[in-house]
Amino acid sequence: MDKDILVSYIPLYKNALLLTLKIGWQGIGLSMIIGLAGAAVLHFKVKVIKNIVGIYVELFRNTPLLVQLFFIYFALPKIGVNISAEICGMLGIGLLGGAYMIETFRSGLETIPVMQSESALSLGLDKRQTFLYVILPQAFSAVVPGLTANIIFLLKETSVFSTISLMDLMFTAKDLIGMYAKTIECLFLLVVFYFIMILPVSIIGMIVERKTRYAEFGD
Amino acid sequence: MKELLKVKHLHKKFGENVVLNDIDLVVNKGEVVVVIGPSGCGKSTFLRCLNGLEKVQGGVVTVDGLPVEPDKKSIIKLRQKIGMVFQSYELFPHLSVIDNLILAPTKVQKRNKEEVIREAIELLEKVNLVEKKDFFARQLSGGQKQRVAIVRALLMHPDILLFDEVTAALDPEMVHEVLQTMLNLAKSGSTMIIVTHEMNFARAIADRILFFDKGEIVEQTDDVKAFFEKPKTKRAQRFLSTFSYS
Repeated sequence: MDKDILVSYIPLYKNALLLTLKIGWQGIGLSMIIGLAGAAVLHFKVKVIKNIVGIYVELFRNTPLLVQLFFIYFALPKIGVNISAEICGMLGIGLLGGAYMIETFRSGLETIPVMQSESALSLGLDKRQTFLYVILPQAFSAVVPGLTANIIFLLKETSVFSTISLMDLMFTAKDLIGMYAKTIECLFLLVVFYFIMILPVSIIGMIVERKTRYAEFGD
Repeated sequence: MKELLKVKHLHKKFGENVVLNDIDLVVNKGEVVVVIGPSGCGKSTFLRCLNGLEKVQGGVVTVDGLPVEPDKKSIIKLRQKIGMVFQSYELFPHLSVIDNLILAPTKVQKRNKEEVIREAIELLEKVNLVEKKDFFARQLSGGQKQRVAIVRALLMHPDILLFDEVTAALDPEMVHEVLQTMLNLAKSGSTMIIVTHEMNFARAIADRILFFDKGEIVEQTDDVKAFFEKPKTKRAQRFLSTFSYS
């Protein structure tokens, strides 16, 4: 492995990392909003909408991100919807992640005993307040491990971005290998950069888990 | 005497199973009504119908003249008039004791936070728990949790308090501290409906006894002493005899 080559490639990888992070986290943000809204719909059993949410979850969990992304990037323009590759990437991660987040949040909400709601209701809280002040905060601590796993999963899934010519980590590595054939160096940097990108999520996830569980379970 | 709670022809079914059959009851202000009866006789369900946690299939419950209707907006106002304490305490585990106490008064009644905290501390002092105000529920004993739950209900200034087997999950010493708290409430003139299996306590606190069996009020009397010495109905006699071993 040539050290000089590694050093000279680093700025390119850094740019790719920043782009991956930017689109990845935008998508993850979107997925959490979808997840929370969808889980609330399922929790409150909102008629009709809950069925739509169910179909959405199954559709996006049971098809590959690559296919979803191709659909958004190549098929939508055919019916007159033109969006940039970056927005496509964000939508892809956001919609796929949303399906996973809904399931994670829903299972978190289900761990809270019905009696907790009844106790809140009998104190005069309405359904919205019960959800906001009693159910959701407790569900959150139950959900942190699943949430962490989802975020890690989605950050890894960003490697599909290269197929819609976004210059993410994967794209940069493939591009450099194609041009200069320094395969070992390129792949080495690829592993290192993905690792650097995702490791903090695991660590922060563990810390948040400990903090949010303190009230209920202690140290 | 002012009629506070009125139940007329209350019917409750779970599917085909009749749980409450044509219950009538009037509770006056300041009265302590104790509901006893074998497990599965409908006493807990009866309490849950009173604050709209259960939908009913017939009859009406009114509190202060206002009907209890679980699906209507008015239920939010009504539940503030009816406090409820559960067997399993149901403190909110993610909140400290003080935050458990002030949640509903500040969010539902929009009262001033400092004022509510002051009142909460006063009440905690009365039940000897003021030093626990920043603890979480998991750090309290069962008896302490139940006293916090009672204070939490009291802070909403309800007209009437419902107690659903609040000592059933506690060991004997803790039972005593919780029952003492309830006796003090009764002395201070609170209107209470209590479901319990503690017969000595029932005898000490009750102004009126309701004996439930198979979803019906089998015996109802203001003469509490006479009831425990010699109940009128065969069913109540049989039930009470199970509490003595001789």
